Amino acid sequence: MIHPKLTEPLGNVTSVAMWGRARHLGGMAKAGLAMWSATLLAGCINVTAPDKPIVIELNINIRQEVIYRLAEDAANTIEENEDIF
Amino acid sequence: MPKRVNQSSIKNIAMGGVLAVVFAAGVAVPALAQRDPEYAAAKAAGQIGEKPDGFLGIVGGETADLRRIVNDINIKRRAIYAQKAQENNATLEEYALSTGCQLILKTSPGEKYMAPDGSWQTRTSAAPLRDPRCPQI
Repeated sequence: MIHPKLTEPLGNVTSVAMWGRARHLGGMAKAGLAMWSATLLAGCINVTAPDKPIVIELNINIRQEVIYRLAEDAANTIEENEDIF
Repeated sequence: MPKRVNQSSIKNIAMGGVLAVVFAAGVAVPALAQRDPEYAAAKAAGQIGEKPDGFLGIVGGETADLRRIVNDINIKRRAIYAQKAQENNATLEEYALSTGCQLILKTSPGEKYMAPDGSWQTRTSAAPLRDPRCPQI
């Protein structure tokens, strides 16, 4: 769980220069911040992985509706153009 | 002088008659359009089959004649799919797939069609193997 009060005033420490903002904190707080950043980064990697199968399934659902909608018109097209069907 | 006028007016009437016949024939042909005999024979023989994507495919060995027949009809089909898809606010692929569902359903026993797994099947009296997205019968 991420506490908003920790993140808002300081932001994530992503560069050495940003440590300057944390200089007024005690050594313990600095160490804690470093650990917290590390766990935050580690957590990010777990979240991003599998999204491909979801996109494909969604696609199939949309297409099937369209195919149903077009069915009647397609039947007429076949009748009107018997020579090429 | 009056004789010459008469002759030319007779000529005009004759030309008009010929033109009328030509026009009548030109208009009548599309209305009577039937399958090209070569295409009908190749389809009945199972050399050409219906694919789920709404286009024709060559089932066995490819020959120049079969390729020509299939390409010719597929080009004409694509033109119609494009026009109809636009009218129906759909993509060409969607319209072609919807047509393909019905074309496979309309095959006669003995004709070839492509199953969703890509294999060629011979149509029997049983329901054909179709894309799961096809409307159920």
